[in-house]
Amino acid sequence: MPPSDAPRPPKLSAMILGQIRPAITLLVVLTTITGVLYPVGMTLAARALFPLQSAGSLLIGDDGAVRGSLLIGQPFTGPRWFHGRPSASGTTPYDPTASGGSNLGPTSAAFTTLVAERAEALRREESTDTATIPVDLVTASASGLDPHISPRAALLQVRRVAAARGLADEQVQRLVAARIEPAFLGILGRPRVNVLALNLALESLDSGGAMPKLSEEGLRPPP
Amino acid sequence: MMTSASLEVAAVLLATTLAAAAVAPWLTTIFRIGSDSDANCEPETEGSWSRLLRGLESPLLRAAGVWPIREMTATEYAIAILLFHAAGFGLLLFLLRCQPLLPWNPDRLPAVPWLIAINTAASFVTNTNWQSYSGETTLSPLSQALGLTVQNFLSAASGLCVLAVLVRGLVRCGSATVGSFWHDLVRVTVGLLLPLSIVLGLLLASQGVVQSFDTGIDVALVEGTSSAAGEAPSTRRIVLGPVASQIAIKQLGTNGGGYFNANGSHPFENPTPLTNLLEIVAMLMIPMASCLAFGRWVGDRRQGYALLAAMAVLFLPFVVLIVRFETSPNPWLAAAVPSIDQATSPEHDGGSLEGKEVRFGPASSALFAVATTATSCGGVNAMHDSFSPLGGLVTMWMIQLGEVVFGGVGTGLAGLVAYTLVAVFVAGLMVGRSPEYLGKKIEASEMKMGMIVLLVPPIVTLVGTAAACMLPAEAAAAPNPGPHGFSELLYAFSSAGNNNGSAFGGLSAASAFWTLALAAAMLASRLLTMLPIVAIGGLLAAKRTVAESPGTLPTHTPLFVLLVAGTVILVGALSFVPALALGPIAEALQPPMAAGEGTR
Repeated sequence: MPPSDAPRPPKLSAMILGQIRPAITLLVVLTTITGVLYPVGMTLAARALFPLQSAGSLLIGDDGAVRGSLLIGQPFTGPRWFHGRPSASGTTPYDPTASGGSNLGPTSAAFTTLVAERAEALRREESTDTATIPVDLVTASASGLDPHISPRAALLQVRRVAAARGLADEQVQRLVAARIEPAFLGILGRPRVNVLALNLALESLDSGGAMPKLSEEGLRPPP
Repeated sequence: MMTSASLEVAAVLLATTLAAAAVAPWLTTIFRIGSDSDANCEPETEGSWSRLLRGLESPLLRAAGVWPIREMTATEYAIAILLFHAAGFGLLLFLLRCQPLLPWNPDRLPAVPWLIAINTAASFVTNTNWQSYSGETTLSPLSQALGLTVQNFLSAASGLCVLAVLVRGLVRCGSATVGSFWHDLVRVTVGLLLPLSIVLGLLLASQGVVQSFDTGIDVALVEGTSSAAGEAPSTRRIVLGPVASQIAIKQLGTNGGGYFNANGSHPFENPTPLTNLLEIVAMLMIPMASCLAFGRWVGDRRQGYALLAAMAVLFLPFVVLIVRFETSPNPWLAAAVPSIDQATSPEHDGGSLEGKEVRFGPASSALFAVATTATSCGGVNAMHDSFSPLGGLVTMWMIQLGEVVFGGVGTGLAGLVAYTLVAVFVAGLMVGRSPEYLGKKIEASEMKMGMIVLLVPPIVTLVGTAAACMLPAEAAAAPNPGPHGFSELLYAFSSAGNNNGSAFGGLSAASAFWTLALAAAMLASRLLTMLPIVAIGGLLAAKRTVAESPGTLPTHTPLFVLLVAGTVILVGALSFVPALALGPIAEALQPPMAAGEGTR
């Protein structure tokens, strides 16, 4: 339609001035909708529908203290614990306020040297000289908070942990086997073991106490 | 191993296709009605859905003083886009600079420094979402929600508006106007992006993506409380926040700006293989659905399938390659530390695992990487910097193809249509047919605008990289030595110059040069592709449709699909192969060395 007899378009300055009010009004209106109503509504809805998950999948012990999050790895270095992957987060390992990876290049000498050192330390720790080392135990994760290791990496550590805790190898091995999470529907992702959950299970085995439960701790208002 | 990886890839692609097919009819409805004047040749439909939309949008538009809707010329539309971007930029800058004075800043974070604030504002307004800051420690929940989440919506919506203008150009005859930006903007935001984000956000929250008013919780380490852990601090602060709501639109709007520094590899952004699937689907869904909707808009679904096929031709080979590269052992590591087991078995993740998460494994990480760089999302679930040299090459190349293989929401398909016009023109010259696309003659003015769309991103990328290389102090921002260091520089400007936003994350891009140069690259590439596309829409809308003749080149045939894909590859290859040869290709050719054999 709008053919030659349409009115001449307004001047450029008029066009600009005419658009200022809608630009500002709509920015304010859409900011209110997508920046206030949406996040607040989503938080309320998520809290009502998925209280544990939306609060951070927190694990709470018998005494009511938060032991950690099921999804966020923690550093373990002692012989009595299963160890997770090396972490490149910030200045301290597994620091959730400074998540991130090493960003070392695949061919860099710094990378291969670092991995060689880790492999050497691991071999001493686990007193295995012949066994090959699972690559996940000597490479840093992307987030620095990876809560998982591969089943092989967990099984490699069974002997050391059992010896340090005075348990039978088979007992610890069963504990690991029971905690292997399969790939989703057998297709998506990889089979894995949650290190924090495994160590908490070890602790409860030790003390005869109960496993920490997922809690709604994060839902309480901060004191 | 290869079978489990291929099953995984097939499952994700199938899920994506189904989701896109489900969204396409709704996307068609969003743009087909309402804003189009009655006397043009665009088909009109008015169903109950469109009445619902009208009910949602009319109060907002009335408040803005643009109801009843008045159609705009292409010039007005472009001005509206510019003004809206400027206003968004200003608001975001204000929020970041005044952070300590504003509410909901429980950790009392200071104002974001000027350079970072400018870079971040440019980054989020342009749908790039390059992150020169660490989310956990720089931004208050208010800045994240009111600043970043809002721009995630609005920049994605602007992209779809530009696509709508281009499509209106193709379907209207002799029209002086191309729709109303305000109407399109509101409709896409409230009618499409918001409902999809609500659904996706709740799905993600059900899996463990946090969504909380709390900002964090201090916990004593399990080992630290029951045995000596040395001198290291024995507590950690678990950072929480309104994450799920932001991640949903981050993926759906191909934005890519995460809540946390580690982006989609952080367990609170992407906790399980299922959320990983959902996030990949969300990235690809709207760009794919746009192709299908395109066919419906122009009244010939085969045209949409053809464009989707061109994207698939450019996408699938690289999916296969990158999954192959990342699931293979790292030969440099194997040579230096032979005792490490990099083979994959059901009990063990193999392949290149540095910078990847165990729950995803290398195959899912590679798939996410190629999807996030093919679309202009730029979120990551693994650190691209640590990918194998050729895996890194694939991610870089997907970005450098101009973000038209799926690409950004709206802008990706619009960019591919610009490539299509060039392909039509070139084919027309070669075989002596008059260049036409969907009944519109393609002439000099459209070609000029199309060439701007094609050439600005490579120019910005290459000039920026060259500048960084010539300034030794700035080139030193790349932490890795040799060719990999060059790759880090090239990736940064490719990402900013094509509005992707992912990074070879080792780069410390916080200096004045890097923040400002990348901000300029992001703004130039975004605006100088969007505005020419609006211009093409305006030029085409004014033309009459010419009847199909025996001389018309059919634009839905496999031959034409290959012609379009070939044009994209040709422009991408001619622009970037020399640079890629200096970076990832040179790196891949380095011989693996045993430990102690020599250091660089």
